[in-house]
Amino acid sequence: MWKWLHPYAKAERAYQLCNTLLPYFAVIAVVGLLVGWVWGLAYAPADYQQKDSYRIIFIHVPSAIWSMGAYSSMAIAAIIALVWQIRNAELAVISIAPVGAAMTAIALITGAAWGKPMWGAWWVWDARLTSELILLFLYFGVLSLYHAFEDKKSGGRAACILAIVGVVNLPIIHFSVEWWNTLHQGSTITKFDTSAIDPSMLWPLLINIVAFAGVLGVVTLIRLKNEILRCEQHRPWVRELVNRG
Amino acid sequence: MQTHHSYWLAFKSVYTKDVTLAFRQRAEIVNPLLFFLIVITLFPLAIGPEPALLTRIAPGIIWVAALLSTMLGLDKLFRDDYNDGSLEQLIASPYPLSLSVLAKVAAHWTVSGLPMVLLAPLFALLMNLETQSLNATVLTLLIGTPLLSFIGAIGAGLTVALQKGGILMSLLVLPLYIPVLIFATSAIDTSSMSLAYGGQLAILGAMLAVAIVAAPIAISSALRVSVS
Amino acid sequence: MQFESFSEFLAMGGYGFYVWLSFGSCALILVGILVSSLADGKKLKQAVKAQMAREARIKKAKEESQA
Repeated sequence: MWKWLHPYAKAERAYQLCNTLLPYFAVIAVVGLLVGWVWGLAYAPADYQQKDSYRIIFIHVPSAIWSMGAYSSMAIAAIIALVWQIRNAELAVISIAPVGAAMTAIALITGAAWGKPMWGAWWVWDARLTSELILLFLYFGVLSLYHAFEDKKSGGRAACILAIVGVVNLPIIHFSVEWWNTLHQGSTITKFDTSAIDPSMLWPLLINIVAFAGVLGVVTLIRLKNEILRCEQHRPWVRELVNRG
Repeated sequence: MQTHHSYWLAFKSVYTKDVTLAFRQRAEIVNPLLFFLIVITLFPLAIGPEPALLTRIAPGIIWVAALLSTMLGLDKLFRDDYNDGSLEQLIASPYPLSLSVLAKVAAHWTVSGLPMVLLAPLFALLMNLETQSLNATVLTLLIGTPLLSFIGAIGAGLTVALQKGGILMSLLVLPLYIPVLIFATSAIDTSSMSLAYGGQLAILGAMLAVAIVAAPIAISSALRVSVS
Repeated sequence: MQFESFSEFLAMGGYGFYVWLSFGSCALILVGILVSSLADGKKLKQAVKAQMAREARIKKAKEESQA
């Protein structure tokens, strides 16, 4: 397996791999979003309790799932980058972070827009919303640390260390916020029972979750290609590539 | 020469150097404490002096003020050593960098955390806390402030090579402080209701144990990145 | 189809503002990050092209001065 994987540590091969993977993710993203949004907005039945406002779930849950998924993949890439000194993994960390931050922002905005009609307030210090907000701070930390360094090589490695420190802390933060929330929770918050979700609502939700993964993949790959080009811009293969296209 | 003996000497020499330096420039110790005191004074002025209200919000205020005043000293933790090159010497020395880092964090706690613990009874009086809450405040500060020094040192190590690292460091470190804040204030809250708060202290202690083991590794790799 | 008419679809049973706010901001953020990433790539390639053109000009000028 290592012999098979090793060539992808080279920038050029990694760039080609990005190009090969990109169409698949793009198809998943475009088709999935189209089907998922139309199904979720127009065809899925209204919830008997929350009426049509529940349709926000079709973007809130996928973005929340992938905001955390992006953070864990970022941390895995960071570990690979630091342990095996693979520059491409460092670039992957930098490429995933903005996309993960965007997913987190979507989860927060949709959470607020869903909270207003359901809880009567744009923002409630609900455990999951609070954890999501802290996750956004962690993303901002990684990004601003990277951009603060003039030498992007040290910046990338510093961002990797911070990403790993963050992922070690994330479960502790999540657990503490959850625990804090049960201590202080007001009676206005009602927990929705999501386990008994009807298949007519579950299918569009699942499609949207897959579609958001596609979006995460597409944007990350595009950004990763950019980052590879940026640090290899004086190499001959990049010049050939630019001449061809 | 015995190895364990020289490890201890290395630890001690870094520790005494940092503490001596801090005591020579007394402002470094006094200013964060004054800041701590002033922040605590501002709250009753901002929200009103009713004793019941103050008792209710005192744990939060004391701990937020503690977080902020720890941040003040953190920026200087590695900066002077970075500027005069002694950080490179520490990295190049035959002793493990984690050991020197541990000594530096311990020194930082001695000059920033420990005075806060010692002065905590005074702040508790100002905020109208009962004796039982006072004990809890001192205990949480005693376990919590070293944690703040450890976590903060990671941020300080990552930003030491940057010109304007101070604000960025607060941005990186403050979110990581949240669990400490939650458990410490909850312990004081619980104690004010005359309930057992050993659980929260145990969690803080567990976090401190993890930090003592893991943080020096993270700090030293951060320093290696910054110095390279 | 859950809705009788298009205006009913827009109204979302009275929750139209919140639903469309969510979907709108989601679309905006996703399109925004996609477009900025694509534009970034284009700019990079153009920068490489400009650099190559510059090097070619320098080389040519050197040859001319030697000749």
